[in-house]
Amino acid sequence: MTTYLIIAVLLLFYIVTIQIAKTSEYVSIIKGEKESFSQNNKINGFLMLAFLILGLVGVWYCNEYLYDTTLLNKPSASYEGERVDQMLWITIIVTGIMFLFTQILLFWFAFRYQHNENRKALFFVHSTKLEIVWTTIPAVVLFVLIFFGLVNWNYFTGEAPKGAMEVEVTGKQFGWIFRYPGSDNVFGKKYYKNIDPATNTLGLIFEDGSAQDDIVTEQTVYLVKNKPVKFIIGSRDVVHDFGLSHFRLKMDAVPGIPTTLWFTPKYTTEEMKKITGNPNFTYEISCDQMCGNGHYSMKGVIMVVEQADYDLWMAKQKSLYHINNPDTVAPTTLTTQTIAQTKL
Amino acid sequence: MENNNKHNHCNEAHTHEKHCITTETCNNHGHDSHESHEHHDNFITKYIFSQDHKMIAKQFLITGMFWAVLGGLMSVLFRFQLGNPDDTYPFLEAILGKWAKGGRISPDAYYALVTTHGTVLVFFVLTAGLSGTFANFLIPLQIGARDMASPFLNMLSYWFFFIASCVMLSSLFVETGPFSGGWTAYPPLSALGDAMPGSKSGMDLWIIAMALFVVSSLLGGLNYIVTILNMRTKGMSMTKLPLTIWALFFTAVLGVLSFPVLLSGFILLIFDRNFGTSFYLSDIFINGVGALSNEGGNAILYQHLFWFLGHPEVYIILLPAMGMVSEILAVNSRKPIFGYMAMVGSLFAIAILAFLVWAHHMFVTGLNPFLGSIFVFITLLIAIPSAVKVFNWLTTIWRGNVRFTTGMLFAIGFVSLFISGGLTGIWLGNSSLDIHLHDTYFVIAHFHIVMGVASMFGMFAGVYHWFPKMFGRYMNNSLGYIHFWVTLVGAYLIFWPMHYQGLSGMPRRYYDYSIWESFKMYTELNKFISIVAIIVYATQILFLCNFFYSIFKGRKVQDSNPYQANTLEWTTPINPGHGNWPGEIPEVHRWAYDYGKDGKEYIPQNVPIAADEKEGH
Ligand code: HEM
Ligand SMILES: [Cu+2]
Ligand SMILES: [Cu+2]
Repeated sequence: MTTYLIIAVLLLFYIVTIQIAKTSEYVSIIKGEKESFSQNNKINGFLMLAFLILGLVGVWYCNEYLYDTTLLNKPSASYEGERVDQMLWITIIVTGIMFLFTQILLFWFAFRYQHNENRKALFFVHSTKLEIVWTTIPAVVLFVLIFFGLVNWNYFTGEAPKGAMEVEVTGKQFGWIFRYPGSDNVFGKKYYKNIDPATNTLGLIFEDGSAQDDIVTEQTVYLVKNKPVKFIIGSRDVVHDFGLSHFRLKMDAVPGIPTTLWFTPKYTTEEMKKITGNPNFTYEISCDQMCGNGHYSMKGVIMVVEQADYDLWMAKQKSLYHINNPDTVAPTTLTTQTIAQTKL
Repeated sequence: MENNNKHNHCNEAHTHEKHCITTETCNNHGHDSHESHEHHDNFITKYIFSQDHKMIAKQFLITGMFWAVLGGLMSVLFRFQLGNPDDTYPFLEAILGKWAKGGRISPDAYYALVTTHGTVLVFFVLTAGLSGTFANFLIPLQIGARDMASPFLNMLSYWFFFIASCVMLSSLFVETGPFSGGWTAYPPLSALGDAMPGSKSGMDLWIIAMALFVVSSLLGGLNYIVTILNMRTKGMSMTKLPLTIWALFFTAVLGVLSFPVLLSGFILLIFDRNFGTSFYLSDIFINGVGALSNEGGNAILYQHLFWFLGHPEVYIILLPAMGMVSEILAVNSRKPIFGYMAMVGSLFAIAILAFLVWAHHMFVTGLNPFLGSIFVFITLLIAIPSAVKVFNWLTTIWRGNVRFTTGMLFAIGFVSLFISGGLTGIWLGNSSLDIHLHDTYFVIAHFHIVMGVASMFGMFAGVYHWFPKMFGRYMNNSLGYIHFWVTLVGAYLIFWPMHYQGLSGMPRRYYDYSIWESFKMYTELNKFISIVAIIVYATQILFLCNFFYSIFKGRKVQDSNPYQANTLEWTTPINPGHGNWPGEIPEVHRWAYDYGKDGKEYIPQNVPIAADEKEGH
């Protein structure tokens, strides 16, 4: 019933608008072409000015209304992300000035120079001076932006600091699998044909000793505050993207071609709850590359904790090999632990 | 259209292109008497398998409109879902059947709608619908030619597009649904039927449709290039061409050089999908299927091939709009376009740079960081010619005498949108910002404003401006004004807030945000955007009513040069027949922008330079 009502209202709306438009066309014919042209021109000229003013008010209002929902008013959760924020602000200011300047000129000119019987348009064909000015100014500004951008880009994509912890992350439809190298600090070998969704989600090769102490977790990964972490990112099926908006970074997860991303968490999850004033806050990992019909639900969680809490958590983790072979009392874990200790 | 005959009998008298048009000599010296013989087209050769560039233009336009209506409707449907994620609407099930069980659009259907919307609007509406229409319509008319270099290939170009359209349309009805992996169709998702139902037979049809589309584009593009280079009338040197033609020329060059690369990418994809090769596939384990045997392929290779077209493609979409806007701004400001040579130069620079920036879509794929740096550099360089164009448009209006025809309104709207969207390109082109903003709603805002809506505005500007030439009648102005203002305000209301969503990291292509602590605060905003989208869509229907009503019932054009414009299309009769000029093709003596020169309101291109006159530019 309501459907028909809506359709009827819509039809009525169309018919009325079209009739009004038709009548106004007849009226303009009666009035004479010149008269109606100049009237319409005035109306549209006025609307140009109105649009400029209301538009700028709208931009301001939109900012008032939405600014707090963005990350702009929240500190970056990583030290590296602070550079992104800084770049953002430089770019916002530069492009903001250009935006205001050109939009104001556009609509102001349209309003100011609307048709007038008594004015003649200026025959102004070109001006080398002007053209040089407005080629060089954008060029200089852009070179500045490029310079800042590339310095940061080199930093982000450069080597991770020494002593960074390494975590492997693998995307799959539709979730995230994490792997810590275990006490030997070496990721064991894996091969995708070994994957068994129940017992070996990454296809680890347990014959390789260094795989036996590898710890595999799903969905949640623990990181240490102020300790750089380097993610080695891969995918088990299609392309995903390891998206970390709170840290201002992201990197694709591509099957067969590992990528990397490093950063240094700055606030623990608990601290971030206070900063954002949101008791439910978590560092969510969003998949940012279309990966199938469950793409929108491909969520992971990063828990950033203090070193002590991390150690407590880590102590409770069992290696995948140990979980699969509970009777073996994880001999490799023991031996590798002792190796690690003797190394120290 | 029957008034063809009434108005001017000469219209029907046209030369047979076989005799004359295709030969350059004949064309350039088209002043000697043409063998004009009466020629009666029947319905089929006149309206269906027509070789008249003007009719082919209309065919492209109307097919493009069909796709715009359908593609737009799809966006209304998925926005409806996004705006009302928790409610159910029985009428959706009535329309979509199993794709909206219980009155709510399913994720499968949502992604199918998003993907088809993207593909159709980028390729079928803004490439074929825009270039196809205006390159066909304006090139012969504005350069002074009787038709395209090869009217037959031109007709073929339309029919390939038509078949591509049929195949694409049929893909919507296959059991497993149309392709739904996003318009960029990245493998492995697009290569593996087991990864997503949409990648089954729907994807086969999608690729076939796209391959046919590429053929159509190439046939059209080659024809446009050859025609512009060889068939200009006497006196029409390249530097006397209207900017529309320059823009259409670069558009065609971009298409001809980059579409084949896309096709090669698709061919490899077809092999991977159907013949067991591993160009793009490696190390894949699919849930419920197991490990695939493919090893050693490179999924990123496809992205390079795709974006090698994909980036030029965005300029293929934009340049025709830029050209028409330049023309319309000058005509209606009653002033020459400012900096003609700079406008041509910046088009040229954009066309060259457009080939060298594709990997800015791939900064976070694991691309070699040094390569990334180069792409940052070249990408941001493209902002310089873009800025030059904007300043030149502004100066064109400055101290003009502006007539707000509907075409002019849309041209001004285009400039505004191009500024807004172009500036955010500077954010995204900087890889150290893109690493934050990539694949968020910020990108959606960027490209819809700069390409989607702006080019739509260019297209509307073109339709309103040249409608009198196309159909010998005017469109209704009042409806045009309503159309313009609602669409401009609506476009900003829809896309401006998306920048903010992007700045919160909100990813694109999400069916539902309710499980995300970081993004769920936008429920209200999403609803608002969806409502505006529906209103804007309804307004486009108003445009359609105006368009079709005016074809048959619009006010008749009385004056063969209603805008007092300089370009050659206004020297043809009100309803030009096949062959365009009943008599000789006019000779050109000046550029297209002598407005307000020496106190004269306008001086058409075919008026000889007066003895005491300095040449234009
Ligand atoms: C100042 C000039 C411009 C720059 C520097 C620029 C830069 C970029 C960059 C870096 C991206 C990738 C963003 C991402 O995916 O993370 C992008 C996306 C895009 N740009 Fe631009 N752009 C500019 C102008 C344009 C123009 C003029 C158009 C169209 C006519 C356009 C259309 C697009 C489209 C369609 C996409 C998104 C494609 C997709 O991922 O689906 N851009 N732009
Ligand atoms: Cu995903
Ligand atoms: Cu691009």
